[in-house]
Amino acid sequence: MSSVARPLPGEPSRTSSEVRLSVEQVSYAYAANPAQAPLFTLEALSFQAKPGELVAILGPNASGKSTLLRLISGELEALSGRIFLNGFATHDLPVKMRAQRIAMVQQESRLLFPSRAWEFVLQGRHPYGGGLRFESEEDIAIAGNALAQVGATHLADRWMDMVSGGEKQRIILARALAQQPLLLLLDEPTLHLDIGAQVDLLESLRRLAAENRYTVVVVTHELNLAGEYADQVVLMQRGKCLRVGPPATVLQREILEQVFQASLSVEMTATGRPRVTLFNK
Amino acid sequence: MRPLTLARLLMRCGILVAILFAVVVIALKLGAVQVSLYGLGKDLLGVLLRRSNTLSSDYGMIVLDIRLPRILLGIVVGASLSVAGASFQALLRNPLADPYVLGVSSGAALGAIVALVIEGHMNLTPELAGVITPVGAFIGAALTIAAVYVLGRREGQIDSNTLLLGGIITTSFLSAVIMFLMTTLPSNNLRGTAFWLMGDLSTPQPRSLLYLLILGFLAAAGAIYTTSSDLNLLLAGEKEAMHLGVDVPRVRIVVYLAASILTGLAVAASGVIGYVGLLVPHVMRLIFGSDHRMLLPAAALGGAIALVIADTLARTVASPTDLPVGAMTAMAGAPLFIYLLRRRLA
Repeated sequence: MSSVARPLPGEPSRTSSEVRLSVEQVSYAYAANPAQAPLFTLEALSFQAKPGELVAILGPNASGKSTLLRLISGELEALSGRIFLNGFATHDLPVKMRAQRIAMVQQESRLLFPSRAWEFVLQGRHPYGGGLRFESEEDIAIAGNALAQVGATHLADRWMDMVSGGEKQRIILARALAQQPLLLLLDEPTLHLDIGAQVDLLESLRRLAAENRYTVVVVTHELNLAGEYADQVVLMQRGKCLRVGPPATVLQREILEQVFQASLSVEMTATGRPRVTLFNK
Repeated sequence: MRPLTLARLLMRCGILVAILFAVVVIALKLGAVQVSLYGLGKDLLGVLLRRSNTLSSDYGMIVLDIRLPRILLGIVVGASLSVAGASFQALLRNPLADPYVLGVSSGAALGAIVALVIEGHMNLTPELAGVITPVGAFIGAALTIAAVYVLGRREGQIDSNTLLLGGIITTSFLSAVIMFLMTTLPSNNLRGTAFWLMGDLSTPQPRSLLYLLILGFLAAAGAIYTTSSDLNLLLAGEKEAMHLGVDVPRVRIVVYLAASILTGLAVAASGVIGYVGLLVPHVMRLIFGSDHRMLLPAAALGGAIALVIADTLARTVASPTDLPVGAMTAMAGAPLFIYLLRRRLA
């Protein structure tokens, strides 16, 4: 059993620098009852991302950020348009093949029975085995390496319900890394973290994207973290994609004030990154 | 990091098998007719090692024809209920789920009684008549778990409290229907049925049912066992399991059907025995952890051990009167259940 997903016929290799993720005119509608008008619609939007790139999806609550992420992950099926990962529609991939290519870090990961951190990280190897297969030495090495990559080797033997929020988030990230994905998706990973842990996490994502050639898509509320660390920003409001592009072109005062209904200012840092400051309304 | 290996799995199961064997020997010895433990152990080893092929005639008939079938029945029923409980706990993400609490056992009992009533109105061959009860019990179990699952779902997620309440309501509704049907049974059947409902291993079962039970257990528990790594991930939720490559709908249907078969067979043979499916997986989880590759075989062996002990107590405590074994497991199980509930495991 190979440790990395075997490429599908016609799938570019991991080292290829071609466009990896391609979201093409994707729309979605959610209705509690198919006969009624949809409660939420996502209007057609498109963007592309290459290996090693970090994309941030920004927007107020209920703007469709998480829906977009779930569409990319293949969990939801688009109403129209398609999402391709290395040329294959994510929704059509069999569950196991998808899990070898796409790792999703959810808002929270609740455990029914406590497990140790290393057991939790080893779950990331499931797409490569499953059934009754016992973990190989290689799986153990990959899980250990994943813990090391997020700086959590010392947490390996701790119980998952005995670690802090920041530590837990790093272990969950390590499980995603153990999947050895091409695409790493994170839904508000900074939600319950203090500022220091938030910066740590984004630093790690930036570094991992570069080192492992992951394409990273992260949904967040943190304008400044997105401005500092993202290569591309997707700005959304009420199911509409307003702008896509580098942080400096998307995070501008007029549009942010309109989207977030707040007065703010945007300055550029020495490295050309936008920095947002909020004022009183 | 020391993940489960096949060697460790087999070693632990070997220990449990040894304990089960010891319990079986003691259970064979105990009873109204006294048998010496030393003589029995020596004779049994002789039979096992093929030095002789029968037990001493002083007690051979009692031990082999009366006690042994009952103990075998206890082993299969205990293992079935315990594996069904462990499966429901994983699938429904609820540590307090088991066939009894969820009302699945009552559903199986109702199915079995309906089958009995139907059987009374039809002229079936004896072979067919022996099979119709377990089939009715399986259908009752499967329908009940489907109903409880629908009741326990809110906004696409299973809600722990709603699920347990759904199970309680389902049980009381099914009990009412069972009572109603029981009044229509001829009175000579009534006492037997009432005893069976409480959970009872004392009624001799036709050999065909015992074989069906063993085969059904091997097939259903085997099917559940092939999904054990998937069940490990399902503990974190269906969506998360899907993102880790688990084919959730397939696992769900396999485990539902198999657990319904296990419950249906157990109930058809021995009535409604509570708490085995709830507590044994719990204890095994405390000892061996929550990896289902280890937990499921441990639960099967532990369930067998627990029920053989409970049934041995049931037939010796008030000797010569037989107590229903379901009364024994409930007396021991209910306080333990409360204790687990107080520890906020729900």
